Parts: sequence; structure tokens; C-alpha cells
Amino acid sequence: MIEFALNYAWLVPLLPVLSFLTIVFLTRPWARLSSAVAIGAMLGSFLLASSLAWGVFTNPAFIEEPLHYSLRWLGMEGFTVNAGILIDPASAMMLFMVSLVALLVQIYSTGYMKGDPHYSLFFAYLSLFAASMLGLVISSNLLQMFIFWELVGLCSYLLIGFYTYKVSAREAAKKAFITTRIGDFGMLLGILFLQIQFNTLDLLELAAVIPNFAQLGVSLGLLTLIAILFFLGPVAKSGQFPLHVWLPDAMEGPTPVSALIHAATMVVAGVYLVGRMLFLFVEVPGSLTVVAFIGAFTALFAATIAVTQREIKRILAYSTVSQLGYMMLALGVGSLSASLFHLWTHAFFKALMFLAAGSVLHALHNKADVWEMGGLIRKMPITGWTFVVGGLAIAGIPPFAGFWSKDEILLVTWEYARHGHALGYLFFAFAALTAFLTAFYIWRLIFLVFFGPEKANDHVHESPLSMTLPLLVLAVLSGVAGLIGTPWTNLWSTWIHFGDAHSGEPAYLLMLLSVVLALAGIGLAFILYCKDQDKQAARSLAKKYPALYNLSYRKYYIDEAYTWFTRKIVDGGAKVIYLFDIYLVDGVVNGLAALTKGSGQGLKYLQTGKLQTYALIFFLAVLVLTVAFNLDSANALAHLGGVK
Amino acid sequence: MKQLQGCADMENSLELIAFFLLAGSLLTGALMVVTLKNLVNSVLSLIVVFFSLAGIFILLNADFLAAVQVLVYAGGVCIMLVFGVMLVQRKDMRESNPVNRRFLIAAPLTGALFLLIGLVAAKSPWVKEAGEVPENTIEHLAPILLRDYVIPFEAVAILLTVALTGVLLLVKEVKDNGRSS
Amino acid sequence: MAGALNPSYFVVLSAALFTIGIYGALSKKNAIAVLISIELMLGAVNINLVAFNKYFTPEAFSGQIFAIFVITVAAVEVGLGLALIIALCRRRNTTALDDLDWLKW
Repeated sequence: MIEFALNYAWLVPLLPVLSFLTIVFLTRPWARLSSAVAIGAMLGSFLLASSLAWGVFTNPAFIEEPLHYSLRWLGMEGFTVNAGILIDPASAMMLFMVSLVALLVQIYSTGYMKGDPHYSLFFAYLSLFAASMLGLVISSNLLQMFIFWELVGLCSYLLIGFYTYKVSAREAAKKAFITTRIGDFGMLLGILFLQIQFNTLDLLELAAVIPNFAQLGVSLGLLTLIAILFFLGPVAKSGQFPLHVWLPDAMEGPTPVSALIHAATMVVAGVYLVGRMLFLFVEVPGSLTVVAFIGAFTALFAATIAVTQREIKRILAYSTVSQLGYMMLALGVGSLSASLFHLWTHAFFKALMFLAAGSVLHALHNKADVWEMGGLIRKMPITGWTFVVGGLAIAGIPPFAGFWSKDEILLVTWEYARHGHALGYLFFAFAALTAFLTAFYIWRLIFLVFFGPEKANDHVHESPLSMTLPLLVLAVLSGVAGLIGTPWTNLWSTWIHFGDAHSGEPAYLLMLLSVVLALAGIGLAFILYCKDQDKQAARSLAKKYPALYNLSYRKYYIDEAYTWFTRKIVDGGAKVIYLFDIYLVDGVVNGLAALTKGSGQGLKYLQTGKLQTYALIFFLAVLVLTVAFNLDSANALAHLGGVK
Repeated sequence: MKQLQGCADMENSLELIAFFLLAGSLLTGALMVVTLKNLVNSVLSLIVVFFSLAGIFILLNADFLAAVQVLVYAGGVCIMLVFGVMLVQRKDMRESNPVNRRFLIAAPLTGALFLLIGLVAAKSPWVKEAGEVPENTIEHLAPILLRDYVIPFEAVAILLTVALTGVLLLVKEVKDNGRSS
Repeated sequence: MAGALNPSYFVVLSAALFTIGIYGALSKKNAIAVLISIELMLGAVNINLVAFNKYFTPEAFSGQIFAIFVITVAAVEVGLGLALIIALCRRRNTTALDDLDWLKW
């Protein structure tokens, strides 16, 4: 089985593709059958992926030397692209995680989407989405990866806009697509630059040649440019500042989609890609600092927004942005293992929280404002308690998963700072503050939704088993998934690392700090939102500092700024160009047309209709041409005159 | 031998004289055709032209062609033209063949064209082929026309039929307008 | 000896006849006169054909054959031309070519 899985790794993405095609072309009219096909394929894919992961992680050879096979895809003189499979621990982990979350989400969807008129189509999209992501993960070639990357973007567009009758969903889908497009464009440029400069797009070959860029005649400046361009793709895809705006709006899609997009697939693709290309970024120290800075800033920035949001999924969305910032920060300080570790744990607890939130919304018939909820834990015990587990995990309470990964990130940031990077202290401060805020806003959400007095929610009841089962599985995973990366037995960093395996000593002080921050956040949330039944303190705080509150609640007016930018600057520029087009370009064209028409008007009078005039002109022309041509050929007339 | 030479000289001079006479009448007739004010007179001078043309053909050893020329042109075409003129021109014939203003350009133009062609023709070094045109051309023409050129011959026959039909269609109201060819 | 006839004589003669024909065709108002002028031009062509036949291809007779065809087609042309003129005259009551300018702008 393991042997088979390793040799046929391409089956992992292929199975969901097949189920997508089957659903779209064959089983679409039969909703239950379609979901069964999708789940069956996904299950097969998951089994393959897990045996593959098992094979990789138990075999040290694969950890040091990635499994790589490829075949020629397309090529011409001086340009060959191979398509292939690259399995190293990172991709094995991703395969396992993505297929698991996708499977759980699909099972969950059978309950959540029940009765939807486009039920089959939803499963088809989910399958395609999972397939794209799995394909992205195992791609051995940047061009191949880019195609899957775009497929992921396409699927996210389709799924976010799944409720096509909702204007806001359509707008959100467009927003997601266009925003990520901006980044993809930069990334494509980066890929093209890489192909031009290094003449290969194969990841392993690139990893081999890029450290020698100087010998290959590539200047550091150019490499920096490539790295920054390349980074644009992940910035957009992983919702980093300033291209994060699409991500909260993506909540317009069905909740399982949010879980899939925000936990396991699309958004972590960016992190994964940067992790894959870390060999490029480490060559350009400046670009790594940019990555770290953007990550740290995004983490804090999104956390401060999440503090005041009212919609349950929006809070989670900003939480995702913030956590992705953590991952970027970890990459920026050069620790692939910390970043992917957080990616791994985050996938489980964030998927858990999204699915639980979906369960809540399902019960409340899509009333999303957390201020209108309360005391739900008594009516929805499974949803409530699993959410609490997720909350503990994200807040970083040991021994839940989030604690270990967050601690790892704090640790590597601290070490980065201590190794002579003054900015590192700033990053550390950002990260620590974010940890506090994360605990606060998640527990604010939990206290508001699940505890406190019950609001008038009449027919609230627990969701069906198809929805609670994935919750339970994910809750268990959120509890234990971090245990493979504890500082004492850090299996994780022996598996997944960039450069030398990092195994820092357990930094107890840091752990203590992290726990204290988390507890402080939870405590503050408890005081403001649970103990205080009327939430007087919270309201008065908002009243007292309206500027701060509004800044946070309005998401720092980023959307408004973009709107202003597009309305005024882009539209204004477009207007100028429009006028240019109307008056200059069209003017030239219309002028030419008018010239043609006018000259035609004038010349038509030559068309007298008098046959003899035509003949006259004809013979005149004969005469003139004869004379002209003969004069031309060296005075032929004179020559003719001299012939005897 | 000398007598023979003299005989050839004699023949040459006779030919030359004949040529100039014929050319003179031909060109005079042609000029009259285009300058006379009366259309009937023009057509009559055209007959002179055609006869002179026939003479030129005889000079060029093309006696069959000369006969055809006289039969078809002088006999057929001119009569047809006269009938045409009479059918069309019902008023006074005196100013029936006017010249339009274009002649101001046409006259110098044609003069220049004549000069050009004449100059080129006169100065061209003609290389004569050895051999003479046989007497009795008709005996030689007939096999060529009916063997080598039989398809054009038949095509022309069809053309004539079609033309005849077309002409009849065009002038249906008038039955007897002197169609002869 | 200037005596012997050579092709130049005939070509020049033909040129003269041809240009006279052009002049007539260009400057006559009456359609029948134009038709006649065209006959002059065809005659000029025939002179050339026969003269070249005599001087360049005496045994092949191509020139004479062509002249025969020209004469035939010319007869057809006169017949058709006259028929057209008569038809036009009947409908428009004119034989002046300058009046027949409906194909202008």
C-alpha cells in the first residue's frame, strides 16, 4: 500500500478530478449519489495520502532526499517543461492535511447543504477545489504549480459566488478573483524571470542553481526583484496586508467553503509556496525581511480588526488572516518548520471553528451577528464544546495544538532577534501582542455566542451527525495534532525543515509568556463579555474611544481606501484615457474616414458616365505612360530616333 | 539577269505607286469620315476607305481577304450603316454628324499618338522572313481555317448566331431592318 | 534603293488610320459615327495583321486568318451596335453619346 501510494502519488489529485467529472457529466441529477461519489473519491484520496505520508515520515531517506519523478510535458528549442511529482515531508504533510480536511468538509456538507438546489454542483466544485490544491502541493514544476494555483483561484471564485442569487456573494467572488489576480500577475512575472534567468522551472533544479546565481550572471538586484514579484502571489492568495481584503468577504460562500478555503487549501497555498521557494528568499536577505515584516504586521493588523467585528464568520476570517501572518512571519525569520507546523495545527482548529460556526449559523438560519446570540452551549453541546476546544487551541493553551506551533513561532522569532536582527524584537512584540489579541477576540466570540444569557432563539437544536462528526474528529485533532512538535520531542522539525534541522531547547520562559498572554486575553474577554451580563463595560469602552473602535470596526477603512482609489484615481485616469481615446484615437480614425469620404465625394465627379471621356483619359494615359517609361529608360526616344 | 533586276525594280516602283495611291485615298477617305458634317457622306466615304483597304490587301498578297473585305464591309456593313442612319436620323441630315468639345484634346492627342507609333514603326529594324506568300491564298487558307482553327471558326459561327438572335431581340418591333450577316 | 515596300510603310499607314479612328471615336457626338470610327480602327488592325503576315509569316497565314476573324467579329459588332443604337433611339430619342450618362455618380 505504501509502495503503491508512493509510486502513484498522482492518483491523489486525480481521484477528486474524476469525481468532479463524474458529477458534472453523469450523476448531477442525483444529489445523494453525487455526494457519495465525491466523498468516496475523497476518501480514496485521503487513504492514499495518509499511507503516502506514513511512507515518507517513517522512511528517513525521503526526508533527506525528496521523491521526485517527472516526464516531459512540453518543450521546444531551449525550453522544456517537465510535469511531475515532488514528494518531500512538507508535501506529504500537506497531502494528508488537505485530503483529511477536504474529506471532513465534504462529509459536513452533506448535512449543511442538504436541500440546496445545486447540491451536486457544490460537491463537484469541492472536489475540483481539493484536486487543485492536492495537485498544487505535489507539483514539481513552477509552471505546473502555477496552473494548479490558478485552478484553486478559479474554484474559490466558483465557491465563494456559489449563492449566485446573492449580489454580495457575486461581488465577493469577483473581489476574491480580482484581488488574487493582482498577486498572480506578479507571481507569473517572477516565474517568467526565473525561466529566463535560470532556464528551468523545476523546483529541485532551481534549488540547486539559485544559490549560485552570481556565477550565472544574475545580479542580486534582479534576484530581489524576482523574489518580491514572486512574493506578490502568496500575499494575495494568503490574504496578507494589503491584499487581504478579499478574504473576509469570501465569507459570502457557504460555510464549508469558508472552512476549506480558510483552513486547509487556498490561503495556505501562499505559505506553502513561499516555503517551497525559501531557497530563493534566503539568497536575498532583504526579501525575507519583507516577508517577515508583512507577516508580523498582518498578524497584528488583522487581530485588531477581529476584536470588534460582529459577524461570526468575519471574526474567524480576520483570525485566519492574522494566523497566516504568523506563518509568513515564521517563514520570514527563516523557519520553514515553525511555519508549516502552524499551518498544520491551524488547519485543524480553524476548520473546526469554521465548521462549528457553520453549525451555529445552520441552527440560527444564518443570523450571523454575535451580539444576537448567547447561551447556545446548552442547546448545541457538541458544537459548543468543540468550538471551545478550537478556541483553546488558537489561543494557545497547552496542550492544545495551537500552543505548540505558536510557541515555536515565538521562539524562532526571538532567536532571530537575538541573532543580531534589530527588527526581530519588533516582530516578536507584534507576535506576542497578536497572541494576546487572538485569545481575546476568540474568547469574546465564544462567550458571546455560547455562554451568557440565552437570546430568543426558538428552534435551535444540535446539528445532525453528518455535521457533528467532522467537528468531533477535528476537535480531537486540534487537541493532539501539536504533540508531534513539542520542544522535547520535536519530531516535526526533524521531518520538515529548511537547511539544518532546528531543535531549540525548550524555552520555558517563552512558554510561560505565551500562556500568560493567552490567559490574559481569555480573562479580559471573560470580564468584558461573560461576567458582565449587560456588556456595559464593553459598550462604554467602545463609546469612550469611538475613533479607535471605528478604526477597528471599519477595518482601518482599507476597503474604503481601495474604493476611493478605484473610484477617483483609476476612474479618473480612465477618464483621461477615455477622452484621449475619444478625441485623439477616434479623432484620427474618424478623420481618416472623413478624409476618405470627402475625397470620394470630390472624386466621384470624375465618374461622368460619358464613355468618350473615359476613352480619352485612357488614351491620354497610354500616351503619357509610353512617353514616361521610354524617357525613363535612358532617353529611349532619342535612342529610337537614332536607330537605323 | 539585268533585265530581271530591272523588272523587279519596275515591279517595286509600281507597287510603291499603287501603295501611295491607295494610302492616299484610304487616309483621305478616313479623314472625310471623321470630319464631314453629314453622316450619310461619312458613311459614303467609309465605302471609299473600305475599297482602298481591299486594295491594300491585294498589295499584300491577300486576295481572299480583299474579297471578303469588299463583300462584308463595303457590301454588308456599309449598307447596314446606311439603313441604321436612316432609321435613327429622321430630321435633316446636314448637321447630323457634329463634333463635341472633346476634339480639342482628342486632336492633339491622336496626333501625338500617331507621331509616337509612326516614329517607333519607322525606326524599327524589321527583319524580314524569307519566302513569299503563295498565289491563290484561298487554297491555302481553307485547310488551315477548317483544320487548325476549326474551334475558333465554330466559335465565331456560334457568335454570329447569338448576335443575330440578340439583335433580333433588341429591335423586335422592327422586322425588316436589313440584317445581312 | 528606297523603292521596295517594307513593313514600315504599312505600319505607319495603319497608325495613321488607327489614330484617325481614335480621333473619331473620341470626338464624334453621334453614336453611329463612333461606330464607324471603330470600324476604321479595326481596319487599321487588319492592315497590320496582313502586312505582318506577308513579311514575317508568309507561309503560315496566321495574320490572314486573324484578319478574317476580325472582320467577322467586326461585322457582328456593327450589327449589335446598330441594334443597340436603334433600341436606345427608340426609348430615349437620341443618338448623342453624351446624353447616355446614367452610369455617373
